[in-house]
Amino acid sequence: MQSTWDVVVIGGGLAGLCAAIAARRGGASVRLLESAPPAFRGGNARHARNFRIVHDAPTPHVPDSYHASEFIDELDRVTAGERDPALAERLAGESETIAPWLMTNGVHLQDPAVGIVPYSRRTVFPLGGGKAMINALYATASDLGVTISADSEVGTLRQAADGCWRVSLAADSPGGSTLEARSVVVCAGGAGADPDWLRSHYGDTADGFMVRGTAYANGRVLTDLISAGARTVGDPTVCHMVAVDARGPRFDGGIATRITAIPHGIVVDGSGARIDATGAGAEPTHYARWGPRIAACVDQTAYLILDADGLQRAAPQAFPPIVGTTIADLAAALGLDPAALAHSTGAFNAALAAGARPIATAPFAAYPMRPGVTFVHYGVAVDQHMRVIWTDGRRNDNLFAAGMIMAANVIGRGYLAGLGLTLAAVFGRLAGEEAARHVVG
Amino acid sequence: MSSVDLPADELTAEAERVLRICTACMYCDGLCPVFPAIDNTHQFKLSDLNYLANLCHNCKGCWYACQYTPPHPFAVNLPATLAAVRQRSYRDYLWPRWLGRAFRSPAVGIAATVGFVVLATLAIVLMCTPPAALFGADDREGAFYRVVPWSIMAGAAGASLLWAMACIALATVRFWRDIAPDVPKRAMLRAVAPALRDIVTLRHLGGGGPGCNDVGERTSQQRRWAHHVMVAGFAGTVLSTATAAIYHHALGVAAPYPLTSLPVLLGLVGGVAMLAGIGGLLGLEFRADKEPSDPREVRLNVAFLVLLALVTLSGVAVLALRGTAAMGLLLTGHLGLVFGFFLVLPFSKAVHAPFRAAALLRAAAEKAAARPRGKPDRG
Ligand SMILES: Cc1cc2nc3c(=O)[nH]c(=O)nc-3n(C[C@H](O)[C@H](O)[C@H](O)COP(=O)(O)OP(=O)(O)OC[C@H]3O[C@@H](n4cnc5c(N)ncnc54)[C@H](O)[C@@H]3O)c2cc1C
Ligand code: HEM
Ligand code: SF4
Ligand code: SF4
Repeated sequence: MQSTWDVVVIGGGLAGLCAAIAARRGGASVRLLESAPPAFRGGNARHARNFRIVHDAPTPHVPDSYHASEFIDELDRVTAGERDPALAERLAGESETIAPWLMTNGVHLQDPAVGIVPYSRRTVFPLGGGKAMINALYATASDLGVTISADSEVGTLRQAADGCWRVSLAADSPGGSTLEARSVVVCAGGAGADPDWLRSHYGDTADGFMVRGTAYANGRVLTDLISAGARTVGDPTVCHMVAVDARGPRFDGGIATRITAIPHGIVVDGSGARIDATGAGAEPTHYARWGPRIAACVDQTAYLILDADGLQRAAPQAFPPIVGTTIADLAAALGLDPAALAHSTGAFNAALAAGARPIATAPFAAYPMRPGVTFVHYGVAVDQHMRVIWTDGRRNDNLFAAGMIMAANVIGRGYLAGLGLTLAAVFGRLAGEEAARHVVG
Repeated sequence: MSSVDLPADELTAEAERVLRICTACMYCDGLCPVFPAIDNTHQFKLSDLNYLANLCHNCKGCWYACQYTPPHPFAVNLPATLAAVRQRSYRDYLWPRWLGRAFRSPAVGIAATVGFVVLATLAIVLMCTPPAALFGADDREGAFYRVVPWSIMAGAAGASLLWAMACIALATVRFWRDIAPDVPKRAMLRAVAPALRDIVTLRHLGGGGPGCNDVGERTSQQRRWAHHVMVAGFAGTVLSTATAAIYHHALGVAAPYPLTSLPVLLGLVGGVAMLAGIGGLLGLEFRADKEPSDPREVRLNVAFLVLLALVTLSGVAVLALRGTAAMGLLLTGHLGLVFGFFLVLPFSKAVHAPFRAAALLRAAAEKAAARPRGKPDRG
């Protein structure tokens, strides 16, 4: 196979696919390297549902309107100013054209009147979810002539004297070798899926974390770039985490293991004592408050306790609840101290807040919970053209980064629903266009 | 282990496990009505599982779209799981009950029954029909009935058809009783038109718009169209028989009819369309990625397609060669196939049509009865 490419894209998630398609449409020869095997290709977009787009008028896929100024205001609010304003503006502005662009490239969006998606004027829903979108983009990339390799993990990236990049595949990648690239777009995602990396920033408690997304976003390329002198943004010790079912898999639990029923019961820790997460109510933002709270528990485990009524009020979860006909039975099934659990539910029932329902109707139910990491607020700094910025402020005309690996430039903290995909698609497309322009002119 | 090999209660447990994950996920809600039907369901009754399995059109969209397919530890394979439940539901609702066992190895049961009936018909005709009538070239009016007398032909066909209709109708009634939704009569009435539209257009063989995953990851409308062509052709052959009956009883003209007559034209065009549709479906069946399929359903499909093709081919052969000496044996073979076809209908793919129609009616009725949804903005 050819070993010199106009553009090599590292990572076959949403950002990488958009970069590869845009670069190919820009006339470049493109090689896409994805470390995951075909069954797990596509990165975290596989687990994503909807994305945020600016639009001035209703379309068949999104009602009402959502203005760029609203997008930017909301981003400012959740990040409390920890973002690059110019990049944020670019993201909001270009989100306006990203949905039609994805559709031109084979993605189908869901008509909101079909199915059960909630009303949303801010976001559109790919039909069949993120994996269906990823499949469509892989098919389009391949039809356009992008050469795609799965099972190809990049180990290192080095610049040769002629300015080209040597992209070396990890020794354990099948067909491991070195490619030459006139231009490189790094879309390898964040680092949160590597247990060692997590331990180095969160201590031993990290061993109790679940990783909600792909196991392949292991930060190997991010770390390589940083050690080569790339400037970092964000904070590796700050991550978005939510409560997930402790019985789920360590990696890739995705959306279905998220525990959504917390507002319908109480949470206790391993001693049976009730715990609370300050400020966590029933708003969607309560998810992100409970993750860190559970991470602070012994063994990073807590239990959601519900009664039969609470269980019915809550949405169904992926795993059946653990049940007991009495609180004592439930405690036994969970391995908790029955007296402590009875005390916690009793105290809760005795001092019900306004509108709260008691935990009183048998059978009682519980979900064991752990923190699940969605992403880490940490990555490499980029400029307006998605060029990686080195610690001395220099940048190369032919090294770009897009997607989660540079998300902290616009979302230094906090999160907005539907931002991750938009960011990956918009900046991926931009980086691909820039990379092709650099090579093809 | 594929879900088809599971014992009954394990299959139920597997279906519940998978549907529970889907209920928590719901990313596929735009693909077909199965997902809206499980929304917010905490517990699945067996009748619900049977309903959902027959509501599924096996478009396989949710296999390619699923974030939890194997090797993911959740190993979700909704199309294959529902197909296995669907096969079991055919068996469980069939009446007489012992007949349901034939669904365990449908191809064998169908081939054995049809083979036996064809041979028996041939044997009886060879014994009873004078060789001159059986082996002579004869295309004058009434030639067919000199091979097999009209009363016997109509009697055997009528009896076997009646048996099929009775069994399938009973099975459908039993199925409907189990799944009938608890909705006001008005909602049920309002549901008839949309349900009929979904039945006739096979809307849900459309993957929510872009088409089915007929053979693999890419979507197409091929299976839907092939099915339409086959069913249209089938309707043509039914009409051909009906017009022939009118010619026979009302006009007093006995077959064979001239090539340009309505029964022959309808039969010919219908037969060719059926063969085209069947060919298309068989082709897709062989090219298809087998992972999201239930192997027993594939065998049921192929057995039925082959049988339909044989009935059609033999009918067209009688038409084409009716002026020759081969007519007698061809007609006998065709009649044997038709009798056998009717006899095996209750334990063949045929049940899928009324069962799916019933499931679509329930889905439409529940939709008609549902309150409008609230509109919280999830952002
Ligand atoms: C459970 C979950 C639900 C989410 N839901 C939503 C949602 O509803 N809406 C939304 O907008 N966002 C959502 N997100 C966030 C969104 O999925 C991500 O922001 C987005 O997919 C990031 O895309 P990316 O391409 O930048 O990175 P990733 O998806 O992380 O992709 C990186 C890719 O690079 C590959 N890779 C890594 N290292 C290497 C290497 N060394 N060599 C080669 N390849 C490599 C990986 O295999 C992977 O495919 C969700 C995330 C999770 C985890
Ligand atoms: C109520 C009307 C009908 C409906 C709703 C319906 C629906 C469907 C659907 C959804 C499928 C694809 C899924 C599957 O394999 O089970 C299918 C397949 C099939 N149908 Fe029908 N059908 C109807 C009538 C008929 C009729 C009248 C015939 C016979 C002439 C027929 C023959 C078949 C066959 C042979 C297959 C298998 C095709 C394959 O192998 O993919 N159907 N039908
Ligand atoms: S295979 Fe198609 S029809 Fe069946 S459940 Fe999946 S999406 Fe729905
Ligand atoms: S088939 Fe998979 S992706 Fe679709 S709803 Fe079920 S679990 Fe979710």
